[in-house]
Amino acid sequence: MKNLKHIVRREYLTRVKKKSFILTTLLTPLALGLFIFVLGFIMNYDDDEKNVIAVVDKSGIFNKPADLAKSGNTSFELTDATVENLRENFETNDFSAILYIPEIKNIYAQSHTIYYYSENSPSFDLEYVLSSRVKNKIRNYKIEQLQLDKKELSALETTVDLDPEPITEGEKDKSKYTSTVAAAIGGFMGFIMYLTVFIYGMMVLRSVMEEKTNRIVEVMISSVKPFELMLGKIIGVGGVGLTQLAIWAVLIPMIQFAASAFWGFDSSQISAMGGEIPVDQGGMTDDLYLVMNEIVNQDWWSIIPLFLIYFVGGYLLYASMFAAVGSAIGDDMTEGQSLTIPITIPVAIAFYIMITTVKSPNSSLAIFSSIFPLFSPIVMPARLAFDPPIWQVILSIVCLVGTCLLFTWIAGRIYRIGILMYGKKASFKDLARWFFKQY
Amino acid sequence: MNSILKVNNVIKRYGDYTAVNGINLELKRGKIFGLLGPNGAGKTSLIRMMTTITAIDEGQILFNGKDLNADSPQYIGYMPEERGLYKKMKVGEQLLYLAQLKGLSKNQAKEKIGYWLEKFEINDWWNKEISELSKGMQQKIQFISTVVHEPELLILDEPFSGLDPINTNLIKSEIFNLRDKGTSIIFSTHRMEQVEEICEEILLVNKGNGILSGEINEVRNKYKKNLFEIESDTKFDDLDRVPGKIMEKEDKKLVIYLEDDGQSNALLNYFLSRGQRITSFREILPSLNEIFIQTVESN
Repeated sequence: MKNLKHIVRREYLTRVKKKSFILTTLLTPLALGLFIFVLGFIMNYDDDEKNVIAVVDKSGIFNKPADLAKSGNTSFELTDATVENLRENFETNDFSAILYIPEIKNIYAQSHTIYYYSENSPSFDLEYVLSSRVKNKIRNYKIEQLQLDKKELSALETTVDLDPEPITEGEKDKSKYTSTVAAAIGGFMGFIMYLTVFIYGMMVLRSVMEEKTNRIVEVMISSVKPFELMLGKIIGVGGVGLTQLAIWAVLIPMIQFAASAFWGFDSSQISAMGGEIPVDQGGMTDDLYLVMNEIVNQDWWSIIPLFLIYFVGGYLLYASMFAAVGSAIGDDMTEGQSLTIPITIPVAIAFYIMITTVKSPNSSLAIFSSIFPLFSPIVMPARLAFDPPIWQVILSIVCLVGTCLLFTWIAGRIYRIGILMYGKKASFKDLARWFFKQY
Repeated sequence: MNSILKVNNVIKRYGDYTAVNGINLELKRGKIFGLLGPNGAGKTSLIRMMTTITAIDEGQILFNGKDLNADSPQYIGYMPEERGLYKKMKVGEQLLYLAQLKGLSKNQAKEKIGYWLEKFEINDWWNKEISELSKGMQQKIQFISTVVHEPELLILDEPFSGLDPINTNLIKSEIFNLRDKGTSIIFSTHRMEQVEEICEEILLVNKGNGILSGEINEVRNKYKKNLFEIESDTKFDDLDRVPGKIMEKEDKKLVIYLEDDGQSNALLNYFLSRGQRITSFREILPSLNEIFIQTVESN
């Protein structure tokens, strides 16, 4: 194994120094930043025209100046003129629209129509502003008319928060966001695992194929053992993956922060799309605090090392399979496509199980899948934030490590034969034969 | 120790197919050995065992008197017929990497690569990408990568395939240089004219069996047919009592078969005593090509 370090270094350096690697590594966060930037631009984009709306109020509910406060670019002007008059002189007036609030005849009516005269129909925002203002005003008007007590009324409105508490005392308390935050973290980690296995597994496959088509492989294995070559390749590419993830882990939050700061809005609205914190609209500050608190309170000291274990394990497991298949593919990538299907299917299944796991982290499917080694690298990280029982984690890791070693060994046996088979299309039967072959 | 490599009764099977069926071979230190045979004869299978790429099913290969082991590749340089380089790597990096895999330190490797680049007058190639080079140029790099660690045993499988005559000569003279410095070389090919030119000893392999071996001259002598060719500048007549049997007859050229090749002087004397001017007299030795075809076909 004395040559392993040379192989790992070459596999790592040639990839990391590649222009395409540098570009994707740096551009992906930038693209994400740009996305946030554009999103911010779109979300902050108000009507750019200055509008003045003439308000004809027959109901008399608009009686304070605050009722006519500006909303964005739109300002209101209470007028005594009649609607007919205003409509006739619309061209000469400065108003862009006329809002007509008819008299409230029946105080018990639950529906009330107001009229908006303009050349263009109102924007969603404006419609919302107008109707909610009028709605509030009518409500107050009704309260007054019906001589109701405001205090009593507000006492009728109740919100119910579910606060999960542990059974045993002393365990850490959970807030109402615990499961939401855990689901987000879990989903995020599962997704990263899924991408990693695919992207870097395929990288290993391509690299094995490339050595075979380049015909350098025979030169190589006259110097090093095929197993060393395969392992060096897998480790080197894995290092590339970790490097890329590490760079992203630093760059993405930075760019996200910078982009958000530029627009001065709450980045959490958007990061929900990135999969971090799904937040309801509404009274933000308290909830945001709870969410942040929940994130900080996660047991990162066990989640991160465990995530790394599953990252390495899952990667090794699948990368060795990709390496074995890569060695069997001849010069033609398309003919080998069918050989990769049996690898991609478990990854895809694991991904979907992961999604349901996030919703119900303690279902039997979730428990089984987080222990079954072909799925566990993707499913278990998704469960980690839900505090799975320790025995399940240990069992899962033991299974994963064992399977990892087994698969690497099997892959090594297939690989050493496969790389010397030129120009022949291999089937799974061939792979099995190679495995048992004395070489 | 006189022999660097000894192959004893080696057998290699792939499933039901026996690729190498009990081959024996001995390579003396500092010699060039030709491993010949038609395509699919088992040459590459044999070489792959010598280079520890595949395992030996039966028999034994001794390298420097010991069984092949994990350290052996350090002392062996192998240029496979199916050869290649990392296309996206630079010449220098590539050679450095391959040299380090053969156990050289970075500095040693740099020094030796420098020596070879100088020798081939390609110093300025260090930073060129392999894919920028022509095929012939790549072959030079491939050759350097094979010999850079100064192997005791050099195995070249069809080293001249794809080379132009100029580069062929360049590599050929380097092979001789290495031989003179004590490197033992196995040269595998099916091109006989190159073997005759380069090798001292040969083994002819067919269908996994060694069917003919020995020094080139011995082999050719063994296969000679006691044919002698005589040329004169005047017409041959009076051939009635010529010793031996006339196989071919032209006006000024004869090919004669002698039962006993010791009688060649008597044959020459026969013509000389008749005052015929002889311009050429030689024994016809079969070319390796003929021997190759003959033995392979009769096998």
